[in-house]
Amino acid sequence: MGVITLSAIDLVLATALVFLLAGASAAMRLGVGRRLVISAIRMTAQLLLIGLVLRTLFAHARLGWILAMAVIMLLVAGREVMARQQRRFRGWWGFGVGATSMFISSFSITVLALLAIVSPDPWYQPQYAIPLLGMLLGNTMNGISLSLDRLTQSAWEQRAVLEQRLMLGATSEEAVCRIRRQSMRAALTPTINAMAAAGIVSLPGMMTGQILAGSPPFEAVKYQIMIILLIAGGAGFGSMGALFLASRRLFDARHRLRLDRLTAPRD
Amino acid sequence: MRSRLARFTERKEHALDTLRIQDLHYRSWGPVDLDIAPAECVCLSGPSGSGKTLLLRAIADLDPHEGSIVLGDLECRETAAPNWRRRVGLLPAESQWWDERVGDHFPSVDEDRLTHLGFDLDVLGWSVSRLSTGEKQRLALARLLSNDPSALLLDEPTASLDPDNVSRAEAMIASYRREAGAPVLWVSHDPAQITRVADRAYRMHNGALTRQE
Repeated sequence: MGVITLSAIDLVLATALVFLLAGASAAMRLGVGRRLVISAIRMTAQLLLIGLVLRTLFAHARLGWILAMAVIMLLVAGREVMARQQRRFRGWWGFGVGATSMFISSFSITVLALLAIVSPDPWYQPQYAIPLLGMLLGNTMNGISLSLDRLTQSAWEQRAVLEQRLMLGATSEEAVCRIRRQSMRAALTPTINAMAAAGIVSLPGMMTGQILAGSPPFEAVKYQIMIILLIAGGAGFGSMGALFLASRRLFDARHRLRLDRLTAPRD
Repeated sequence: MRSRLARFTERKEHALDTLRIQDLHYRSWGPVDLDIAPAECVCLSGPSGSGKTLLLRAIADLDPHEGSIVLGDLECRETAAPNWRRRVGLLPAESQWWDERVGDHFPSVDEDRLTHLGFDLDVLGWSVSRLSTGEKQRLALARLLSNDPSALLLDEPTASLDPDNVSRAEAMIASYRREAGAPVLWVSHDPAQITRVADRAYRMHNGALTRQE
């Protein structure tokens, strides 16, 4: 069974929908039209570009090129995590906490999945490696930015409580324990919700894609199950790592709350 | 919960510790030099923003600072920070409560102390959200003392109390400081209170201390 190729006209029809929405938003003064159109154009450009890159990459499946691609994806994701923080760490830490934990979690899980689960030949075959890494990075990025944003925001809002606990002789670890737990929960909630709704309320995107591309539904389902579990692991371990680093950075060696290490919020 | 005997002997071990502050610089202020003898009460007053609270925070090692702070033979820098803060107990002007019930915040309970502050043991089951400002202030004092600190840093400990409760709190602090031999640094805006409780009094202006007679 082949795939039905989309023509330019088909894409124009889909585009018209977004312009219609932007027009309606302008008419009702909802003020979101401009951003919507810009994002749609940006998304189209990004995806066309990645289509070209992937075509080239698939044609020349060399480990070096694939690694370079992976590193670029990681850097962009790290920047995105940083941009989503209301209050982020000053200096290198603002980027480093998110990027480091994302790197450790996404890369090791992708390599594990490629070597031990999917086992393509060669193991870095880009048709498998790049989409896997992309899905893991995307979801890990969401988890990490949610958890970090929650942690720094709560630390700021509850600084009086944190310091009161320190005054009474708590270690920084004891003082931060509760908001770290809440942040971890915030990070994993989207993943847990997605698992709860998978197949009943929503058909996950990857599975839908495989079915559209002509895979037998049961094969698509098995892939989807694997991906969701890997994503849960990636987002979970990534957030855990980020929270570990960030909650240490919030305090110094003398167990003092160091909110001066955070930047002021941007609106 | 530790037994009273254990607490008594522990207190004995630490008894007669002088709080010695030398060449202390904090934020853009200093140097501050101040010695407080065991069981001595030193009061501190001054306009708001003159650095009183920040001085207490620096002594409790909650803010970065330079210079030396020593309690007995314990040097702040060389003591693990949580231990230091248990020994040098800071009572902030506004107390914070994070758990559901009052009792969850107490490492150990001294019934006499609660009674002397005008509570009975039921208070431990109270929900934190129903506490008034004055109740919070008195309970915060009891909570701090249940850590058995060897020195006290008090930031306006009676600011939101009615006259009866002011006397209760003052009596409690006085008896604790005598029993434990604890040096006390007390920030107060009330000249009458300073006369009542202080062995020595200082006025603070831009982080510098002036002796008051």
